[in-house]
Amino acid sequence: MSELRFDGVRVRFGTGRGGLIAVDGVDLVVPSGQVVGLVGESGSGKSTLARAAVGLAPVSDGQITVDGAPLRHGGGSRSGRPVQMVFQDPYSSLDPRMTIGDSVAEAIPRRALRGSGARRAEVVRLLDLVGLEAARADAYPGQLSGGQRQRVALARALAAQPDVIIADEITSALDVSIQGTVLNLVRDLQRQLRLSMLFISHNLAVVRYVSDVIAVMYLGRIVEYGPAEDVLGDPRHPYTRDLLAAAPDADTDTLTRIETDPVLRAIADAEPADPHHPPAGCRYHPRCPIGPLVLPERSDCLTIEPATDHPNHAACHYASDVLTAR
Amino acid sequence: MTTATATPSALRGAVESPWVGFVLRRLRRLLVSLWVLVTAAFFMIHLIPGDPVRASLGATAPQELVEARREALGLNDPLWQQYTDYLRNLLTGDWGSSMTTDVAVSQIIADRLPATVEIAAYAFVVIMLVALPVGVLMAALTRGGRGRRTELAFTSSSVVVAAIPDFLLAVGLVYTFGVSLGWVPVAGKSTVESYILPVLALALGPMAVLARIVRVEMLTVLDADYIRTARAKRLPARWIYLRHALPNAITTTLTVGGLLLGGLVAGTVLVENVLAWPGLGSTIVSSILSKDYPVVQGIVLVYGVGVLVINLVVDVALALLDPRSAIRES
Amino acid sequence: MQVFTGVERPESLSRWRSGVRGRRWAAGLGRWGQALRSPLGLVAATLLGLVLLLAIVGPILWGERADAIDTNALSQGSSSEHWLGTDSLGRDIFYRVLVATRLSVALALLATAIGVAAGVLLGAAPWLLGRRAGRFAVATINVAVAFPALLLVLFFAVIFGVGIRGAVLAVGLGMAPYYARVTSTLVAGVSGRDFVAAARTVGLGRTRILLRHILPNIGEPLIVNATLGAGGALLAFAGLSFLGLGVQAPSYDWGLLLNEGLNGIYVSPAGALAPGVTIVLAGLAFNLTGEVVAKKVGLRTANVRTAYSPVPPATGDEAPAAGRPDPSPVLEVEDLHVTVTGPAGPVTPVRGVSFAIGRGEAVGLVGESGSGKSLTALAVAQLIEAPGRVDARRLEFQGTDLVHTRGRAKGIGRLLGTSLGVVFQDPTTSLNPTMRIGRQLGEVVRRHLGKGWGEARARAVDRLRAARVPAPERRAHQYPHEFSGGMRQRAMIAMAMMGDPALIVADEPTTALDVTVQRQVLRLLQEIRAENHVAVLLISHDITVVGQVCDRVLVMYAGRVVEDLPSSELRTAARHPYTRALLAAVPGMKADRDRPLTIIPGRPVDPAHFPPGCAFADRCPLADDHCRAVDPALTDDGSGRRVACWHAGEPLPVVTEEDSVGVGEAS
Repeated sequence: MSELRFDGVRVRFGTGRGGLIAVDGVDLVVPSGQVVGLVGESGSGKSTLARAAVGLAPVSDGQITVDGAPLRHGGGSRSGRPVQMVFQDPYSSLDPRMTIGDSVAEAIPRRALRGSGARRAEVVRLLDLVGLEAARADAYPGQLSGGQRQRVALARALAAQPDVIIADEITSALDVSIQGTVLNLVRDLQRQLRLSMLFISHNLAVVRYVSDVIAVMYLGRIVEYGPAEDVLGDPRHPYTRDLLAAAPDADTDTLTRIETDPVLRAIADAEPADPHHPPAGCRYHPRCPIGPLVLPERSDCLTIEPATDHPNHAACHYASDVLTAR
Repeated sequence: MTTATATPSALRGAVESPWVGFVLRRLRRLLVSLWVLVTAAFFMIHLIPGDPVRASLGATAPQELVEARREALGLNDPLWQQYTDYLRNLLTGDWGSSMTTDVAVSQIIADRLPATVEIAAYAFVVIMLVALPVGVLMAALTRGGRGRRTELAFTSSSVVVAAIPDFLLAVGLVYTFGVSLGWVPVAGKSTVESYILPVLALALGPMAVLARIVRVEMLTVLDADYIRTARAKRLPARWIYLRHALPNAITTTLTVGGLLLGGLVAGTVLVENVLAWPGLGSTIVSSILSKDYPVVQGIVLVYGVGVLVINLVVDVALALLDPRSAIRES
Repeated sequence: MQVFTGVERPESLSRWRSGVRGRRWAAGLGRWGQALRSPLGLVAATLLGLVLLLAIVGPILWGERADAIDTNALSQGSSSEHWLGTDSLGRDIFYRVLVATRLSVALALLATAIGVAAGVLLGAAPWLLGRRAGRFAVATINVAVAFPALLLVLFFAVIFGVGIRGAVLAVGLGMAPYYARVTSTLVAGVSGRDFVAAARTVGLGRTRILLRHILPNIGEPLIVNATLGAGGALLAFAGLSFLGLGVQAPSYDWGLLLNEGLNGIYVSPAGALAPGVTIVLAGLAFNLTGEVVAKKVGLRTANVRTAYSPVPPATGDEAPAAGRPDPSPVLEVEDLHVTVTGPAGPVTPVRGVSFAIGRGEAVGLVGESGSGKSLTALAVAQLIEAPGRVDARRLEFQGTDLVHTRGRAKGIGRLLGTSLGVVFQDPTTSLNPTMRIGRQLGEVVRRHLGKGWGEARARAVDRLRAARVPAPERRAHQYPHEFSGGMRQRAMIAMAMMGDPALIVADEPTTALDVTVQRQVLRLLQEIRAENHVAVLLISHDITVVGQVCDRVLVMYAGRVVEDLPSSELRTAARHPYTRALLAAVPGMKADRDRPLTIIPGRPVDPAHFPPGCAFADRCPLADDHCRAVDPALTDDGSGRRVACWHAGEPLPVVTEEDSVGVGEAS
């Protein structure tokens, strides 16, 4: 497996006033054989970043490389694609008119295996790998449950013999009881095959469970990046802290305590920003509990955008401060 | 994602109203369509295999006459010059003249257009007055699997009526009310009664189609989450139908209504021919048969412009009625 | 934990709907046959068969007789010799109508083929050409589609000239823009789906994706449309021939016969009517067939509520009285059953649910998809519509019986309208897009309290403020699409508080929202509850959310409550194996990353096939033969905690590493 690297990647949709910069100068490394968890809320650009890596979203600036070689998309040559993706909705990601065996077989690079017998054997091997019986190859997606479809989607991604796999919210359409089986499978496959993986989710607990490294994205930028234990154990960016506080088994206190300070209250109830009109300066400042709205002396947050390569790998001017404002 | 906060962006949005953009876009589309229409009308003559003048005057006409006519029509000029002449003449109101009668095309259109517009407009009013209430009523009676018989009767009768093309309907109506019963004149435009057959022939089919669409659309809307919200407020059924469901169903209804109105314009061609109605439709067919191309060209333009104007009106109406539409386009 | 994003379908029906979808795709053409076996389908198929048969054998059998000139019988009316009379040359109209079938139908089919082929090519162009050229193709289609087909046909008829060849081309090309539009819409719909994106990431070319993935998925609607189109082409062709622009004598089709017949309509009305009737019948044959199949393959939105066959009210002998004695509960539910119509007849996804909610109490209802939790909430809120059916031994809100009056009385409407607020899952679809927020909120006051719009509006602004909506005066004047997702949900909550609610039923109120917004909304619910002493029934698939917000948790499985306990004891004293499995299956922030997650093997029970014994037995590590044979009742242990399990509280065996992969729900 290999290293996936994003260098100053920018993705822009549309032009002019209606335009939207979904991903704005992202530097991110998925080290070989490791899982990088990417968290962020809807509109943060995390899925767009993933789609850019597989050529489904246009990269207007910057570069995406696998082991140093820039990715090239288009042409439709079947020389194999080094990055493969598993999609969120298992009901939409499999062609309903095609047996799952055909769907998986289609992804096997032509140069890799010739002859229908060999390809068929490979399909059986892949299905076995994701815990599906060989007989299932003749089934149509409509005959499978959501969890089973997600297994097929994983098998298809593996069939392309990729260097890197991107999993985009692969458990969010599943029931909790099934989510566990898919997460276990991802974890086992990753350990077994030493996959390099970019694992995207809005759910911090899910990301934590599978990831070695965690990146936090907010409004098109990576705001914090580091080993999972560090980011979760000692978060530096106020947004990461906010996400942690909102996590399921966090202190119930954060939910039940009623904020009396009007400023903090307003910040706690602030709406997510509009990606079409990102705020100036630090993009998080309108929601930041340690930012200029609470501490007026921190006016640099209003104008100067914090760099991502901050010593603490957190894009915050006051990342090293202890959160006393709370 | 639409987020409107009390930020300067909202203010800016109010100043640069989305309507300006909407009107500009719509105008651009209209101009492009007009240009396509005019160009198509111009090339129509040139795409006809052989010499249109020869075809029009007949094989026996002397060569000098054909040449003179070609010269008069400018057919011997280079194509681009013909095209620019054509555009200029159109703008100055010179639409050419008939090859057979020498009457100005603009005169012919002025004579014939009102009769066509009349029956199309009446038919449209009749369609709307009948189809809307019937569709809403049918939705109310048959929603959630209720009134299976009513649904079957309504569906089958509307399918049958919609399957009968207007000119056949006209024939049937002529036979029933004109020939057998003798209640109304069989053909031509004379008394008020003479309007009944053409208007009915034009209206019945679209009426059935629209009533079905209104019903289906109402049923879809009635299944929407916000109707459940309205029911959670325990509002009376009539209130829910008229204030919550109908405004949401009207968008599709209007879209289809616009298409039907466009189709109505086309339908007049056949109905006028069955009923000998002195409108554009009977004129264009006789002109096609007598290969009187300038007249055909002119009438095609009128029909086309009519359809474009209808589309524009419908679009504007949709934008006014649906609070999301102007934004949705951007 | 937030597991779902906005894509979740309404829990109660999604399972069956997806089942239907699956079968539809798998069965493919089988559905056509099935569609044509319905009574209407049978009529359509028979009619179409007759028309096609006539087209084949007509000229062979009656060709000579149709051309036979009888100079002794010119332009006659109908007689025993000539059923429909004769034309001006004395030819028998009846036979001519029969023989004309072949030409009429053949030309219509030919024109349709041209139209569909040209349309599909043009419609697929935007996909094949990529972004810029594709936009041009779409614009072309849009301009062409703006003109009615008949006008296009006339236009092409002028160009191609009068006659059969010209008319076929004219009708075909006139239809093409419509098919191009249909095709491009269908292609755009399918190409937006993830399986196409997946095919692209694998490296397939656009042409290949079009042939392998897109066309097979739009083939069915295209064929249905073409069938409908053939009917249209038949009529258009008849129209052209009728005008004299199509088929020319001595050939003849129905349109030409109609033209001839109309001239003699006074002498021989049958001569004009017969070709007209055949045109209609043949057109109908194509249209009906198309419609019937379209309906069956679900081109129209599938309506789940199609058949109504009531089931006998359940006797309900298993459910005990609700736990915790409360002197005056807000809501009391005893032995609630909800029956809805599934694809294979009525099913009862909620079967014998009993509980009570005290004043100001927050009760959570948790369960997986298909557990019946949302239907329970809808039943409590009296929002189940016919043919859905609610039965209960007792369903009382504020001491008023709901089940036997069915909310018909005006007093009940007012009681529910003002005292019971409902918050739905998806605030985007649950607010009326064509109505201003203030008006949507004010309706309640206006309707139930008889106030004017001014007062209603003032109350709406006040409630929006209470729901922490900034600038409520301005917001009340806006439409829902001008709100963000979180703000919409606040508006929904404000709406639930317009009256003076004693109970707010919140059905997955945060499922469609981001975690940080979810927390805001839950906090708001908490505050409102504290400030107004409102009871809350919170439905969620997420046991941790419910545990955070509620006083008491009801766990539902397969239409029953299987456990009822205080949420403070959720992590320590849960006794039902399902409750414990649900808690363990959620990866928490402290879960051991080196151990596999606990899983619940197997799949939830299909509401159409509930097993005789405990519904959870097949997935339960503690289950024995007794569990599989006898359904455990929900019993109160005297402390107000209830559980329905023969092995409640027994220790669970540890799930091993090997079990986690494969066993899952793999087979």
